[in-house]
Amino acid sequence: MDTNTTAHHGNRKVMNRFDVTQRLVARLHKNEAVIGGIGNTNFDLWMAGQRPQNFYMLGSMGLACPIALGVALAQPGRGVVALEGDGSLLMQLSCLATIGTLKPKNLLILVMDNACYQITGSQPTATASNVDLVGVARASGLESSHWAADEPSFEHLVERCLAEPGPHLIAVRIDGKSATGSTERDPVAIRQRFMRGISTAA
Amino acid sequence: MNAESVSPVDWPLDIHRVLEAAGIRQVSYVPDAGHAGLIRACQATPSMRTVKLTTEEEGVALAAGAWLGGQRSALLMQSSGVGNCVNMLSLVTACRFPLLTIVTMRGEWAEFNPWQVPMGTIVEPVLRLCNVLTYRVDRAEEAGETVQAAADLAFGGDLAVAVLLSQRLIGRKQWVHG
Repeated sequence: MDTNTTAHHGNRKVMNRFDVTQRLVARLHKNEAVIGGIGNTNFDLWMAGQRPQNFYMLGSMGLACPIALGVALAQPGRGVVALEGDGSLLMQLSCLATIGTLKPKNLLILVMDNACYQITGSQPTATASNVDLVGVARASGLESSHWAADEPSFEHLVERCLAEPGPHLIAVRIDGKSATGSTERDPVAIRQRFMRGISTAA
Repeated sequence: MNAESVSPVDWPLDIHRVLEAAGIRQVSYVPDAGHAGLIRACQATPSMRTVKLTTEEEGVALAAGAWLGGQRSALLMQSSGVGNCVNMLSLVTACRFPLLTIVTMRGEWAEFNPWQVPMGTIVEPVLRLCNVLTYRVDRAEEAGETVQAAADLAFGGDLAVAVLLSQRLIGRKQWVHG
């Protein structure tokens, strides 16, 4: 089922999450940290290559962005990417207000918007009808918030947002295809690998 | 602060000294009148980044991110915020993150607002169910050493610890102006 038909999108292309995730990972040249929110977004991040700088958050829905904010404040010299789905971001929309207040220069939020809670049966989210997450982000103080029009537009936005001071948000309309695999789930192992990956643990 | 809580011990500043000495670099908060003095002291400390949260569970995630990034964080909230954190505390338990939170209590001694009572009276059992250890402070002179003990336990043992500042310590609620 594809619920991603909202009128405000005009001609924006509906892309594929795994393909887009691979395009993101291919542009991470400076050991950027990536915090993956729960769900298929997380699974496709895992399948796109298990970088030691990836943290896979598999339990507490909606807080990949504040986790990424904590990392970004602790390591201002490192680029930090929060990867969220539309349902997760909607659950904690007010984290955009916090990020818009602090304006961390090294934070990029990437939203995979399939306009549904895909993993629970593709029930439509509010982005299917009335919410434009880029509009919400801009109104929350993240002036550099953008919809990717298509794959080349996405690649250009990622390169620009990783190079220029943020905070940034990129949203991508994605299709209803399932994730290509699933993330291994040992939480302590995930934390320790990530902390070694960004040199905060021995 | 108000007349009733005037004490020879300036407990907010004692807590601040302990947090600074413990190397706390990120202090997040949802404001509470009882935390106003501590928040001001943290904001005036160059080594501390204060983060104004919209909701308390955001602070649980921020503390996890700070630890991932190599910094220690403290989360300040009122007791009503404990209820907001419940699901996010799964992250702390599952990944064995340290968590230090300082909670100003409502709904107990001399509470005037009955709406505060239901959450206030279940703070300790809720935290314990979520694997958060609780230390309670009733007397001003115990505040600093209790936060010190909690910080040692949290960051030394990768444990979640909450220090509950009792309503008797904080004093009767007065709205803070200016």
